[in-house]
Amino acid sequence: MSRNPAPAMTTANPALQDVLQDAPAAPPRKPMSLQLKAGLAITGAIILLGLLAPWIAPHPWDTISMRTRFLPPNATYWLGTDEYGRDVLSRLLMGTRLSLAMGVSATVVSLAIGVPMGLAAGYFRGWIDEALMRGADVLMAVPPIMLGLLVLAVTPPALWKTALAVGFVYIPPIARLARSVTLSLANEEFIQAARARAESTSYILFREILPNAWPPLIVEASLRVTYAILLGSALSFLGLGAQPPSSDWGLMISEARSFLDRAPWIALAPGFAMCLLVIGINLLGDGARERLDPRLKARLGKA
Amino acid sequence: MVAYVARRLVFVVLVLVAVSMLVFGITALLPANVAYLILGSFATPEQVHALELKLGLTDPIWQQYLRWAGGFLSGNLGESTLMNRPIGPILAEAIGRSLMLTGVSFVLIAVIGVGLGIVAALRHGRPLDHGISVATYLGIAVPEFFWAIVVIVIFASWLGWLPASGYEPLSAGVWEWAKHLIAPTITLVFGHLAHVSRLTRSSMIEVMQSPYVTAARAKGLPERVVVLHHALRNALLPTITVLALDFGRLMGGIVVVETVFAYPGLGRLVVFSIQNRDLPTLQAAILVVAAIYAFANLLADLLYARFNPKIRFGRNVA
Repeated sequence: MSRNPAPAMTTANPALQDVLQDAPAAPPRKPMSLQLKAGLAITGAIILLGLLAPWIAPHPWDTISMRTRFLPPNATYWLGTDEYGRDVLSRLLMGTRLSLAMGVSATVVSLAIGVPMGLAAGYFRGWIDEALMRGADVLMAVPPIMLGLLVLAVTPPALWKTALAVGFVYIPPIARLARSVTLSLANEEFIQAARARAESTSYILFREILPNAWPPLIVEASLRVTYAILLGSALSFLGLGAQPPSSDWGLMISEARSFLDRAPWIALAPGFAMCLLVIGINLLGDGARERLDPRLKARLGKA
Repeated sequence: MVAYVARRLVFVVLVLVAVSMLVFGITALLPANVAYLILGSFATPEQVHALELKLGLTDPIWQQYLRWAGGFLSGNLGESTLMNRPIGPILAEAIGRSLMLTGVSFVLIAVIGVGLGIVAALRHGRPLDHGISVATYLGIAVPEFFWAIVVIVIFASWLGWLPASGYEPLSAGVWEWAKHLIAPTITLVFGHLAHVSRLTRSSMIEVMQSPYVTAARAKGLPERVVVLHHALRNALLPTITVLALDFGRLMGGIVVVETVFAYPGLGRLVVFSIQNRDLPTLQAAILVVAAIYAFANLLADLLYARFNPKIRFGRNVA
């Protein structure tokens, strides 16, 4: 949360002086919690593997080779091969990029629409607030996956459309958070000062409020990435996302369904990968939230 | 309380009207023509136009919406373009099967989730607590479709105890019926335990530290009575809300789970109607799901108000 201590520091009011001394405005660097470290390590490693995928993948990810079908994990193919004889590890690595890209771009879409919505609702209040928030209520009245399916229903499936749909589905939580942060900031002195200086509304919204609203929004967004990855892969799994021969994890699991009896590794590998990624990002987000919001930590610390 | 219930009810109805517009609007806005979809890519423009006239697709959009919504209210949901049957009965069957699946899962989530939450709270900070945290955390960190596959691999492929998919009505025998329910139920329950157990745990820990629990203990009541009769009653308050929300979440979860297990319920109907471009069925099914979801949320609010005197409006409870 932002503070605006600079002008108040020189106040003559002794009571206020006390308060300011008690409240450390910028606490010295805390050591990172184990949670945050683990989250950073897992997420960082996965991002790195995804970025380097084309260079470190041991085999081509999309070359069909009928002689190497359904090989169980071995020294050459660490995670085995699939029904077309493609190396599961290589496909998994290439799929990492797709999952990350899908999660991040969907979240960017929700931020790009949700944040301005929340800023406007929280700053203007009144009927704008009502209209925007009741709109959000309506979007939230449909289960996310159903809304995603509905949006994707009549267009030929493609991964970028899935990312857009997922981003659309997750606008309301972002808008609500942005709104509540804005509400709490709108009456701060520095906003009143900006108004007194007759700054334009867009200046106040985007140059004064937004920079101070970022920290909680970024943390929420990082957690939202996992929701987006899960929802996106579920949609791909249902055939409304990436299309063959893509190595999207949800699609890989979907295609591997028919061979569970003879080759369970084809489905298990992307499943565990997704599990690891989601846990990594969650640890990172939770750790960052605790670090940024000490009040929450105090509340959870009791539990 | 009556005024509060009435206000919330009106709100839910308004939201559902808006959802119906959204559902109708999205399907109408999308760059695809229903008549064209029904006839396939080899249709001549004349055929498409004739069907458009028959379906009323040339009318203004608001007229189409009113006709559709009016039909919905009078129980006429239209015809499935794929199965050429009225949607009403198809939907009713699917809802029945889905409610069976979600109902059983819901009860298990409530019982197991609250139970695990209490155990974790009483042992908090110890290995058992951490074990429960990790296990339930895995449940939500992993997508449902992956759990579904793990369940199939374990119970159908390796152990051979359960069928991998399908559905049998009760008339085929209780065991046949139950056998097909077990695997999807396990999947749904495991995927949703964490919310309930975590919340029960944290509110239980908080309540156990409150003065009145200390007072109950000081009176010499046995720990079991203190936990179950005094502490749990208050600790369950937030859990009730989450439980009702979880029922809504289950309505989303069935989409994937029913598809994987080929369980012919509402979720599978949605996916099926998308794959086969059956828009009227899709619209009706999604609207029904939204209605169940919205009423689950309403129930959550009402239960919370009922059990929490502070929220009971219009009456001042000192």
